[in-house]
Amino acid sequence: MIPELGHYALALAAVIAFTQCFLPIWGAYRRDARLMGAAGPLAVAQLLALAVSCFALVYSSVVSDFSVTNVYENSASTKPLVYKITGAWGNHEGSILLWALILALCGVAVTLRGGGLPSSLRARVIGVLGGTSAGFLLYAVLLSNPLLRTWPAPAEGQGMNPLLQDPGLAVHPPILYLGYVGFAVPFAFAVAALLEGRIDAAWGRWVRPWALLSWCFLTCGIALGSWWAYYELGWGGYWFWDPVENASLLPWLTGTALVHSAIVVEKREALKIWTVLLAIGTFSLSLSGTFLVRSGILNSVHSFANDPDRGVFILGLLAIVIGGSLVLFAWRAPKLAEGGLFAPLSREGALVLNNLFLVSIATVVLIGTMYPPFADLLFGAKISVGAPFFQATVLPLVVPLIAAMTIGPVLAWKRAQLGPALLRLWWVALIALAVGSFAAVGWKLLPGIAFGGAAWLIVGSLAEIAERIRLFRLPFGQSLARLGGISPAVWGSAVAHAGFGVTVAGIAAMSLATSVVVSVPVGSVQHVAGYDWKLVSLETLPGPNYISREATIDVTRDGKLIAVMRPARHSFTSQQQTTTDTAIHTMIYADLYAVLGDESGGDAVLRLHYNSGAPLIWLGGLIMALGGVASLLDRRLRVGAPARRRTVTATA
Amino acid sequence: MKRKYRRLWLVGLCLTGLGSAVGLSLLAFRQNVIFFVTPSGLVQQGTPGQVFRLGGLVQSGTLKRADQDGSSVAQFQVTDGVKTVEVTYRGILPDLFREGQGVVALGSLDEHGGFQASEVLAKHDENYMPPDVEAALKKLGYWNPATGQKPPPASTWNALLAKSKGNS
Repeated sequence: MIPELGHYALALAAVIAFTQCFLPIWGAYRRDARLMGAAGPLAVAQLLALAVSCFALVYSSVVSDFSVTNVYENSASTKPLVYKITGAWGNHEGSILLWALILALCGVAVTLRGGGLPSSLRARVIGVLGGTSAGFLLYAVLLSNPLLRTWPAPAEGQGMNPLLQDPGLAVHPPILYLGYVGFAVPFAFAVAALLEGRIDAAWGRWVRPWALLSWCFLTCGIALGSWWAYYELGWGGYWFWDPVENASLLPWLTGTALVHSAIVVEKREALKIWTVLLAIGTFSLSLSGTFLVRSGILNSVHSFANDPDRGVFILGLLAIVIGGSLVLFAWRAPKLAEGGLFAPLSREGALVLNNLFLVSIATVVLIGTMYPPFADLLFGAKISVGAPFFQATVLPLVVPLIAAMTIGPVLAWKRAQLGPALLRLWWVALIALAVGSFAAVGWKLLPGIAFGGAAWLIVGSLAEIAERIRLFRLPFGQSLARLGGISPAVWGSAVAHAGFGVTVAGIAAMSLATSVVVSVPVGSVQHVAGYDWKLVSLETLPGPNYISREATIDVTRDGKLIAVMRPARHSFTSQQQTTTDTAIHTMIYADLYAVLGDESGGDAVLRLHYNSGAPLIWLGGLIMALGGVASLLDRRLRVGAPARRRTVTATA
Repeated sequence: MKRKYRRLWLVGLCLTGLGSAVGLSLLAFRQNVIFFVTPSGLVQQGTPGQVFRLGGLVQSGTLKRADQDGSSVAQFQVTDGVKTVEVTYRGILPDLFREGQGVVALGSLDEHGGFQASEVLAKHDENYMPPDVEAALKKLGYWNPATGQKPPPASTWNALLAKSKGNS
């Protein structure tokens, strides 16, 4: 009964979404206040219907109702409760339902927070969100319905992929999706503005918080995903340039560009058309990323042959959403008013440069990700591009980006002079140069350059704050008092840039990590990176739905015990699969990382890593997201706050 | 500066950016494209040092551990039913690695005709086959999508190989 209710609610949500698309947009065109007013209630109704549908799926999974095909295929009665709940969105059908739920949530958020919007813009934004939702709900109902029944009901489910039974992966999809789907709101604003034919500074002020919020979630989501790969896959790496990862990186890159270009729209009413294009592009990349990856098309064009209906429907939907919005852009963009003027050397100019580098990086990542499947499709060539390709193309573009990231914030709006700006940063450059050359001489050239870049970013952010409070130029007490007067937007940019610096430092340090693979008996000692790793014992232990083979390793340094590590291998009974349970001892500046391999003749294979800088990579991501949150607190960005025009521009 | 020149400057900058992105990609493609080969392909066209992705089935009963320069390596044979290549991998084999099932190894040939792998992937369960292995099977005629049949389950690949040996 419950699954049928959910099924019905899903179909209802699809119908509501179609209405939510059609009525408000038509109303805005006809200037009919009653039709436009329907937008809000419809968005709420759609969310309620989807919530019922999601509840039905989670409920079926929790009570192990194997007559529901999706539960049968992805769950088992022995699975721990938490994974029964999170497993509901761990598969293709469930994840699309989650996707639609978040999109509906965005519609309601715009309804609730958009009180200050002009009524026609608000109706159009909600209408566009409804239209996007409608397409994917139709897909869910017709081709990827998670609530279909199977008869007769099997006694036991097939179980969930053990790799996915992990707390990190339980929270990763919702956060990543909040990021992906959140960009639907800037997209809807962009399309609504094109329909409206008008963009002004206020538009920028409405769009930026949404873009920023999605960006924060996406940043956290990517960091979580990378962390999961690091500890769960047990390969000791954090980024594999795999199509799935690239699909999340692409909207992040253009989203970062969007967050910056929206500042220019808001402050200077320039770059308007470009910002609209970025908003459309970012959501298009999120959309194609999720669906191409989720449907497996990106991994191999052959999966098309396995499931042609889904593939054709998804491609058609992507073509309508992306193609339609781009056609609308080409048609309406020339009508948008000219933007403000600025000199090449100015804050705006620096932000243009930032956008240019970010979009160029996105372009090379896109080429590297899409070329292999297309080469296969067009020339039948089975090729792949790995990390070397991405390093060779991304690195040359990141270096100038980092150089510009610290200079940009000290330039004045409209027209700036490079001399005084660089004069303010000479000591930062000196520190960065010292750190860089020290690291380059001590270790290797490339990490050295990266360490220099990290110092340039972190110290540059500190310098920015120090400059604002006139540190050492005013008495210390007065400087401290000025600290409270700095606007959240400035804190945000300084913190986010420093966070990127921390990530860069982590990546640089990680390239100096050391590891060994050994096959040793119990009692033997290995020396890795100045630590002594002693294999103390090997035991077999029972787990909830697996049997665990666990090694105990005592790690000592100069005779002092640093950590007891217990890497293990879990054999899952229901799938006849094994997973690796990596043991990690983190010291913030570095990780000790141990993996247990197979055993033969009393010897166990161990892989022992000293991963310098690894935690910094994700810590930096978290700091970046915190910077985004700080920026969100700026009252000038708060939607619904009185739209006062630039009263305190000096702090910007 | 006049509006026209400012716009010209912006357009120029954008073209430079996109141009450098495309240029960098093309340059990197020349050096970093990795071709996928089956053992037969590797034996035919592989030159020592060139990086390939080698896809095939792990020959049953060939997996062993050995010591090489003080570190433990895994050795196994990868076959496509026609040719067999000895693969050496310094590291821990993935959890899903099984004898008789599909595997993709990234690495290059050494002077002795062995394959030194830096990465080994075995992303599959009983019903899933890595796309590359699927392509290899198709190429060798074990499986033809045009007939509409599903690819053979992984558990039967051993038998397929045994059959092919009988034929050759």
